[in-house]
Amino acid sequence: MKLAVCVKEVPEASARTRIDPGTLRLDRSGAAALNPFDAHALEEALQIKEGSGEGEVVAIMVAPARAADSLRKALAIGADRAVHVSDDALAGSDLVATARVLARAVEREAPDLVLLGQQGADSDGAVLWSALADLLRLPVVSQAASVELGDGKVTVKRQTEYGYDVIETPLPAVVAVSDAINEPRYPSLKGIMGAKKKPFETLAASDVGLAGEEIGEPGSRTEVLALGDPPSRGEGLRIEDDGSAAEKIVDYLAERKLI
Amino acid sequence: MPTLVFLEDHEGELVKGSLGVLSKAAQLGGDVAAVVAGSGVKELAPEAGRYGAAKVYVADDPALAAPLSQPRVDVLAGLVRAEGFDTVLFGSSVLSADVAAGLAARLGAGLNWDLVDLELRDGTLVGKRPALQDSVYVDVGWRGEPRLALVRSGTFEPVESGGEAAVEEVAVELEEFSTRAVMLERAHAESEGPSIEEADVIVAGGRGLGEPAKFALLEELAQALGGAVAATRAVVDAGWYPYATQVGQTGKTVAPKLYVACGISGAIQHKVGMQASGTIVAINKDPNAPIFEYADVSVVGDLHQIVPKLTELVKARG
Repeated sequence: MKLAVCVKEVPEASARTRIDPGTLRLDRSGAAALNPFDAHALEEALQIKEGSGEGEVVAIMVAPARAADSLRKALAIGADRAVHVSDDALAGSDLVATARVLARAVEREAPDLVLLGQQGADSDGAVLWSALADLLRLPVVSQAASVELGDGKVTVKRQTEYGYDVIETPLPAVVAVSDAINEPRYPSLKGIMGAKKKPFETLAASDVGLAGEEIGEPGSRTEVLALGDPPSRGEGLRIEDDGSAAEKIVDYLAERKLI
Repeated sequence: MPTLVFLEDHEGELVKGSLGVLSKAAQLGGDVAAVVAGSGVKELAPEAGRYGAAKVYVADDPALAAPLSQPRVDVLAGLVRAEGFDTVLFGSSVLSADVAAGLAARLGAGLNWDLVDLELRDGTLVGKRPALQDSVYVDVGWRGEPRLALVRSGTFEPVESGGEAAVEEVAVELEEFSTRAVMLERAHAESEGPSIEEADVIVAGGRGLGEPAKFALLEELAQALGGAVAATRAVVDAGWYPYATQVGQTGKTVAPKLYVACGISGAIQHKVGMQASGTIVAINKDPNAPIFEYADVSVVGDLHQIVPKLTELVKARG
């Protein structure tokens, strides 16, 4: 059983992120981390591998060179191998352009199951799996609340607006998991040390057979035109609890006649 | 601007969110058509006319019975290629988002998602998308056609414009890989449970509660406030609280006067279900929780200490 986990790097939750007004792209110069939503996909892959007693987990990332540390973290957590597609020509890739690169990188691995997290913590993008599956011409199930591997098939319980569906599909398949599916493990010291010895492959766009018109800005059909301010909710009140938070909340609500 | 709007159906009705997008498309003007894809959905077509479609394409086939995205991508791709639509609009949902992204890949098209507005500027379509926990609003556009857009759920209200639509049946030809996934069990409509949509006050809990039994703290506070208890997807999936109380993208959309979020990080999935609330109070021990970006009162602290005290104080006021 070969499992591919698609991961990305996002700005750290504590970092003040901004969009660069010049390039209109996310400013990625601050502290960064492995997308926390992807940690659930990785955890699921590791549990599947551990449950079956055999298999390989490959973490795949399409990102600038500086994101390599986040991919190494996936190795430290437990992935067996890493594939990093990194190329200046990929800058500015939108959803479909990114999916193209990812699809080629996944194809090289020919995994039985491709797992993704439910969104990017930076862009709130939550649709990549479906574009990826279409390019791979593989079945896809999203919003997975549980994933069960059977003989050459996978059974997924997914949550929609109406409750829970159960969907079965033969392998290979693409599955996007929710962040409620499991509790991701943290890397151990042994894992962090061991990660340095694990195979880490770095590929250029040309290594996956893509160039020019299909990737980066030329390969993207969406664009950011301008930045603006959101409708204001008014200045919020921030309370650091020193034992009097409950009183302060009650005062606030009473003032506004909410209690 | 020949525009196609994907209409999602559920248990014999067109989904409100997609009718809202259709109404918006009709307001923007141009030739607006809609497509319904399912099994036994032909009788839904005339309704689309009332919300502004001049023409409704119907793909009616048993292979489309289950709400799975890939066969619908095949139908829409065929339609867009044959009829030359330059714009395809979707109201976001689990199904529609997957159809939109699959279609974008199939057609090599641009997809902008999570839009909270659509407008024409000098005849060109521009979308508005909140970014970075909605701290920035981004104007987004398309380079080339077709332009695909996913509209955040609840953005546009359906408006009846009273028209009549021409109905055209579409032949359904599916890719082999699109039919591999099969649905073994399908969610049933609304299971029983307390109604949170009518409540003026909602006290909601997430993973930060630590364990299911701690919902008792929220039930006591909700009782004191005369409100209802709601939950996030994480704790509903984990079986801590019933699905009927779930707020968010795949749960209920609520707009109470007061929403007290306890131990909820407030990621986008949750936010879209409660952002219209009058006053939002968030209690979380993580000072970086996204919910603090849009809460009116952000309380950094331990809910297990704060909530019982809050309950006592509210009760004391009688």
